[in-house]
Amino acid sequence: MTALDAAIAKPRKQFGETFFGRLWIGLTRSPAGFAGTVLVLAIVLFSFVGPLLVNQDNPTDTTQIWTSPSAEHWLGTQYEGKDTFTILVNSGAQPIWVGTLAALMATFVAVALGSIAGYFRGRIDAVLLQLTDVTVTIPQFLLMLAVVAFFEDIPPWGISIVVGSTMWAFLFRSIRAQVMSLKEREFVEAARLQNLGAARIVFREILPNMAGFIFVNFVISVNQAIYAIVGLYVLGLMPSGTPNWGLMIHQSWGQNFYLNPVALPFVVAPLIMIVLFTIGLVTMGRGLDQALNPRLRER
Amino acid sequence: MTDPILSVRDLAIAYRTGRKESVTAVSGVDLDLYEGQSLALVGESGCGKTTLGLGLLRLLPGLGEITSGSLTYRLKDGRRADLLTMKKEQLRRFRWNEAAMVFQGAMNAFNPVIRIVDHFADTLRDHSDGRKWSKAAVEARAGELLETVRLDPDRVLQSYPHELSGGMKQRALIALAIALDPQVLVLDEPTTALDLLTQRSIVQQLHELRKKFGFTMVFITHDLGLAAELADRVATMYAGRIIETGSARDIFYEPKHPYTAGLINAVMPVKGARPALESIPGYPPSLKAMPDGCAFNPRCAFATAECGQDRVPLELLTDRPLAMHHSVACLHHDQVRLQRKENANV
Amino acid sequence: MSDAPLLKLRGLEQVFDTKKGPVAAVGGVDLEVKAGKVLCLVGESGCGKTTTARAAAGITRPTAGAVEFRGKSLTEMGAAEKTAYRRAVQYIHQDPYAALNPTRTVASTLTAGLKRHGLVKSRTEARAKAAELLQLVNLTPPESYLDSYPHQLSGGQRQRVNVARSLAMNPELLICDESTSMLDVSIRVSLLNTLGRLRDDLDVAFLFITHDLAVAKYFAWDGEIAVMYLGKVVEHGPTPEVIGNPQHPYTKALIGAVCEPDPDLAKANQSAEQLRSAEIPSLTALPAGCAFHPRCPAFEPGLCDAAEPGLDRTGANGNGAAGGRRVACHIVARDQRRDAVRSAADGRDDRTLTLDAVPGSRRPASTGATEDPHKSPGAAWSA
Repeated sequence: MTALDAAIAKPRKQFGETFFGRLWIGLTRSPAGFAGTVLVLAIVLFSFVGPLLVNQDNPTDTTQIWTSPSAEHWLGTQYEGKDTFTILVNSGAQPIWVGTLAALMATFVAVALGSIAGYFRGRIDAVLLQLTDVTVTIPQFLLMLAVVAFFEDIPPWGISIVVGSTMWAFLFRSIRAQVMSLKEREFVEAARLQNLGAARIVFREILPNMAGFIFVNFVISVNQAIYAIVGLYVLGLMPSGTPNWGLMIHQSWGQNFYLNPVALPFVVAPLIMIVLFTIGLVTMGRGLDQALNPRLRER
Repeated sequence: MTDPILSVRDLAIAYRTGRKESVTAVSGVDLDLYEGQSLALVGESGCGKTTLGLGLLRLLPGLGEITSGSLTYRLKDGRRADLLTMKKEQLRRFRWNEAAMVFQGAMNAFNPVIRIVDHFADTLRDHSDGRKWSKAAVEARAGELLETVRLDPDRVLQSYPHELSGGMKQRALIALAIALDPQVLVLDEPTTALDLLTQRSIVQQLHELRKKFGFTMVFITHDLGLAAELADRVATMYAGRIIETGSARDIFYEPKHPYTAGLINAVMPVKGARPALESIPGYPPSLKAMPDGCAFNPRCAFATAECGQDRVPLELLTDRPLAMHHSVACLHHDQVRLQRKENANV
Repeated sequence: MSDAPLLKLRGLEQVFDTKKGPVAAVGGVDLEVKAGKVLCLVGESGCGKTTTARAAAGITRPTAGAVEFRGKSLTEMGAAEKTAYRRAVQYIHQDPYAALNPTRTVASTLTAGLKRHGLVKSRTEARAKAAELLQLVNLTPPESYLDSYPHQLSGGQRQRVNVARSLAMNPELLICDESTSMLDVSIRVSLLNTLGRLRDDLDVAFLFITHDLAVAKYFAWDGEIAVMYLGKVVEHGPTPEVIGNPQHPYTKALIGAVCEPDPDLAKANQSAEQLRSAEIPSLTALPAGCAFHPRCPAFEPGLCDAAEPGLDRTGANGNGAAGGRRVACHIVARDQRRDAVRSAADGRDDRTLTLDAVPGSRRPASTGATEDPHKSPGAAWSA
């Protein structure tokens, strides 16, 4: 039985065989996916680590209103004489974490409900499907506007819930469809025939096969959520406490800064950040899709 | 003896797998095909038989390319032409007029949204030299061809592919291949995925067609029974090379390559007693990691150190006319005996 | 000969509703699998063999008739009995690529059932057991397979993993649905040899589904074959007899249609009898009488297209020995009656068509099939 004894010692998984290993390989293999990942990481670092590095002392200075970019003020100053670059550095964190939280919640709810509905079908499926029908028919943005207008002073995590609740339905449908098709696959049938139990079958047989799909959808949801949040700020519906890309655009727009040539950096900088972050997320998503989609990866 | 109708010399085919990488699927293939012969390319999946078959007509899919060698045909007018130097336009005229292909998988070879008659129209118009095909002419020719393969033109011509059964589709596919009277017909797994009785009727059909038109036939199959049934000559492929070639009787009764013998030993007969069959140990090598020397040596019972050194070329075993030779690529071919023959006599 | 069958299909029917109306994929099948024995279902695509197997495995619920395991119908089983049945009867799929989860290692696939059913106490034990299972199916050394993912294995290796997974449950019956048909010849033989060893060593019974008569013959030589056509069993009996001396015209046609790997035999075979039609009738519009009659070379108008033939034991009036030969053909039945009358008149036993004996009479000493059907029950009570 020496061969068996040797077999019992389980070797460590190769990095490339783990989920995160595959993720990393997928993200770095294609040049586009790699560029996207670098872009996303750069913006995340800029927005989360950046605020710790810049001088947070950014006083109102009436002598410095609307100055052009200089060595002291890389992007010039804004209407109160504050440093535009410092504001930009501080503006990314909130939309990113609120958007990510919203996407996380939406994905979690969609995966949980989608796999229940797709695997068990029957009445619970019918009820959930009805629910999404209703959710989908309500105009998402109007719903958000109404909720935000109703609850003044809504905290950031509250915004996440509002945004997330408008996004889960679409994701739910595609998850449900995927689960239904995977459920018919022979390896799932084999697991059912061994009475492995619904929980094991859903979580260990079906969902891992959708990991790529779920992850890609999550990335896309982050993007959508950030758009929605920035949109709410642009419309001026949110409390104007924390600095924020959307708030910058709101001010530029509401106070006609875009007519002032010297204000150009202040107006354009948040737009560029959002566009770059979107491009990064989309290309990263596409790279991930190739890395994690079993159909593309195997054989 | 006349010239061969098709001569293949040192053919190699590779598939690109990346920007700079490729794997060699077929290499060092020498093959002569004489008029009226039928040759079976046999081997297990991944041995390169389909790649070679497609290569014979330069019909390789996008990532495949012929990397070396020559492919010479004797055309209907007696000229010899190298397929590899042909331009696109010449190639278009060559295909279907001189040599045609019946693709694998009768089920999917037809475009599902095009009627059978229009498939004929497309083929006739695309590959005919200058001749204009009117609708009536197409229908007449297609009807004639369908009758040749025992299909009812009235029922089949205006049908869509999904309205036909698997056997009917296979027949229609064969009719389409012989539409322009090719000299050479290449069939890829002509009976795979068909039911047993349908297989038998297709086999019968191919016998009849050969008798009637006398074309030269190459068919690719993993089914040794089909090879025994249809082939005058058999070439065994392993790991992208032809390792043995001979008459059907040579191959089935006196195989000289251990792999061929192993394959024949592994085939289950339906008639007669039940022999105890043995499989070939191990698995075929990956194209990316070919063993040195004879590719079969890691699985071979006769292998010696010498087998793992240099590539073993095909060696001529007989002094018969070239059209009927038996050749094998094995250093120890004199030791190879078909075990079942011995068992059967016990 | 063991007494009670392990698995019994009683009047099994499976009707599917389709756009074109109800389709009886299986139309009344009675079969038995005994412990440690092999029953092979053969037939062409659409004959209902896979549907039968899936009903036997409890994957689908038959629309009529019953699947009985150890004498108890599946529909009457309690939860505990059902669990026991689920473990005792394992199903092996056709496609070795689709039947393994691409995201799970071999070890994970093999140990899931062991852990779930409490057959092992610890992870280490589960892993050791998985290694043992791999050795059983000749995947050695096991440690080079345990942590592999399915895409790193060849088709033959994957199918062995599937078999190993089913063995984890200590099954009494393996239902193999075309489990070797996607494999190459040499790989197929070695898998069949492995399965045969499992049958002999572990005493596992098999319900083996295949379209390949050669595979059926090779694997079920000591067992039985049932030939199916359009949802019904048309011939059933011990393998050497059915293959060596087929009675039903459909079985004869199937055996005659096989391409033998023997060029001389193939030449001799070219004049084989042709069917009257190459087309298989649709299940939605089954021909009246015997479903095979539009294609049958022995067709006799008025007889074959009038009533459906029963699956009768040859040589007796339906009460012959268990495991004897049964054929559903009017012509065979009629010839039998004539012969019986004639032999009764002549007072001697010269039947050439039948192998099985009329109860109480002596088994014919020599028949078409000379191979010894040593499991034949006829011998048990020959005078």
